[in-house]
Amino acid sequence: MTTQRTQPDLLYSEEEEALRAAVRDLLADHCDAAGVSVIARVESDAPHDIVTWKALAGGMGLAGLLVPEELDGQGATHREVAVVLEELGRAVAPVPYLTSAVVATEALLECGADDLLSQLASATTIGALAVSLSVTAGSAYKVVRYEGGALHGELTGIADAAVADVLLVPADDGGLYAVDASAVTVTPQVSLDLTRPLAKVVLDGAPGRLLGDAEPAVRRALRSGAGLLASEQLGLAEWTLTETVRYLKERKQFNRPVGGFQALKHRLAQLWLEVVNLRAAARNAADRLATGSDDADLAVAVAQAFAAPVAVHTAEEALQLHGGIGMTWEHPVHLYLKRAKADSIAYGTAGAHRAALAELVDLQAP
Amino acid sequence: MTDAADLRRRTAELLAAYPPATTDRLDFLRARFDAGLAWVHYPEGLGGLGAPRSLQVVVDADLEAEGAPDNDPRRIGIGLGMAAPTILAYGTEEQKRRYLRPLWTGEEVWCQLFSEPGAGSDLAALGTRAVRESGGDWVVNGQKVWTSSAHVARWAILIARTDPDVPKHRGITYFICDMTDPGVDVRPLRQVTGEAEFNEVFITDVRLPDSRRLGGIGDGWKVAQTTLNNERVAIGGMRLPREGGMIGPVSRTWRERPELRTHDLHQRLLKLWVEAEAARLTAERLRQQLVAGQPGPEGAGMKLAFARLNQEISGLEVELRGEEGLLYDDWTMRRPELVDFVGRDAGYRYLRSKGNSIEGGTTEVLLNIVAERVLGLPSEPRTDKDVAWKDLSR
Repeated sequence: MTTQRTQPDLLYSEEEEALRAAVRDLLADHCDAAGVSVIARVESDAPHDIVTWKALAGGMGLAGLLVPEELDGQGATHREVAVVLEELGRAVAPVPYLTSAVVATEALLECGADDLLSQLASATTIGALAVSLSVTAGSAYKVVRYEGGALHGELTGIADAAVADVLLVPADDGGLYAVDASAVTVTPQVSLDLTRPLAKVVLDGAPGRLLGDAEPAVRRALRSGAGLLASEQLGLAEWTLTETVRYLKERKQFNRPVGGFQALKHRLAQLWLEVVNLRAAARNAADRLATGSDDADLAVAVAQAFAAPVAVHTAEEALQLHGGIGMTWEHPVHLYLKRAKADSIAYGTAGAHRAALAELVDLQAP
Repeated sequence: MTDAADLRRRTAELLAAYPPATTDRLDFLRARFDAGLAWVHYPEGLGGLGAPRSLQVVVDADLEAEGAPDNDPRRIGIGLGMAAPTILAYGTEEQKRRYLRPLWTGEEVWCQLFSEPGAGSDLAALGTRAVRESGGDWVVNGQKVWTSSAHVARWAILIARTDPDVPKHRGITYFICDMTDPGVDVRPLRQVTGEAEFNEVFITDVRLPDSRRLGGIGDGWKVAQTTLNNERVAIGGMRLPREGGMIGPVSRTWRERPELRTHDLHQRLLKLWVEAEAARLTAERLRQQLVAGQPGPEGAGMKLAFARLNQEISGLEVELRGEEGLLYDDWTMRRPELVDFVGRDAGYRYLRSKGNSIEGGTTEVLLNIVAERVLGLPSEPRTDKDVAWKDLSR
């Protein structure tokens, strides 16, 4: 049972900070974006870091944070998930955490699909919601045809489908179906974001198991996805700012550290201010989702309308302020820029979230 | 140790002895100060009980519930936010006893004589001179500017140069100035809004006994840092409801006046609404950090954020009003005791908010402070550090 506080708790608890430290340690060992490992991996045929995923999801049990304990989960909340996502964003880690442990899990929670939830929670199975990554909660999404007990159709822009064991597929009869990945054809698409690749999914008479109504499940999944994506964007923005500050203290031109020039100091101070505001907005969304607040829709819309421009801005500034080295393939800043830009479309653009907000706060369009 | 239960008991005793409904306002405020319930974190005998600052809300809530008069903190904001913490930190026992009680009750209003025509952001370059006479008194001459409340103030905190032969930060001393002295000439300074909220203050042969000095001779810069740090805390620590700032009036106008709506303005309004809500949440997060005893560096950023938002939002509202935006409510030169944003029109808010990025530290200077103190970037090159003040070019 969740309790409803009137004021959001915008701080991090000691337990959440301990969780952050554990995740950060694990990522430093397994998945160091500033080294070469992530760049090499995303260029390979298997861009996902399954070893890191297993350590996070299975070893630490983080895939089951949102799943009740009786279904082999951790019975935690969106607040803890948000902390994990901050660290995954900071490492721009190519793991299917947001898509499986958040979005697919939320859809299954809405459907009450207990057996699959247990499998996802214990990380023996990776799930993916078969809705394009660009769709906003509450707006239209593509469905497949349900005919003669089987599913037919083609879906594109499905994030992390390449590593999914089970796909959650909405069909034209209004149902959400669980489809085994071995029953469909998954073709990787060439993605802007190398660390969260998209795929095309073709269903040619694939058998599916009905889980429940698609509409509420997809809406809930995409709302949580959007709200918690802000925490990933926060982690990403923090890394790009921290790394740029570090570089500008070291890099010398005109016989001075570049970071001593006021034109650059002011730009970095502005970025810091944006990141500070993003932290409050992201924390608010996570807390409002965790407490099941009536304010959650508004908190998610605010966080997502604010987060995407900030994450893109910090990544773009990081590339520019690194000068020539920032433009190279071997410097990891491009991974962050690509993730930030893709995130600005994922689960709805800032404009789509502003449109949702206009309804929620009664600021109607002309 | 004073805890919440103890404070509530003391508050109940105060209310029983001085029922708000039948007690004179000033009598009540004096009694509250003497009971140590004015600012509970101050020492006993000086309006407090040495209790944790976070417990003030307990007292305030109980008093408000019983309809007790308040001390009009907005009207006496400079005294509360700047003079009082500085006197507490650097004043003698005699100074604390003389000044803090009437300051808190509002019987005596304070102003701040810091900025000068030639020393704004570069405050330490100030040229107002205080010269010590053989009898020990100081004689002050100079000019100050941008002084809020000088026309209603009884006292001022003043920084003046007492040694021109040392580098600029070292030759400054901090004083308390009597605003009723005939050598203090307060002249209204009319602003872009048409009103005169600020003043110029001309100081001619004003004699200050040495008992009006706050801190050591030549220590004025260090003392002033206490004042300025408290000013920034006061600006950043407020709790706002949603739409509680400048975004409130323009959102109401949008809802009430559909004929004014355009698609371009709609996009800009929504973007600013989101930014205002994020800034509000940041201020709330900062407040929660303070209550938890973990102050963060966010405070330095809040003034920057609100200054920009106030300007952009009020500018948007002038445009939204279309033909009405071509009009202004009143150009009469008034001398308000307080800035009243919500009681006036969009045009006033637009013009007044231009000051938000200048007063209390310009945006440019605050960005330097964030870059250097929060991000640890190298400081600006300093050419004046080791040069005597009298040898600096002006």
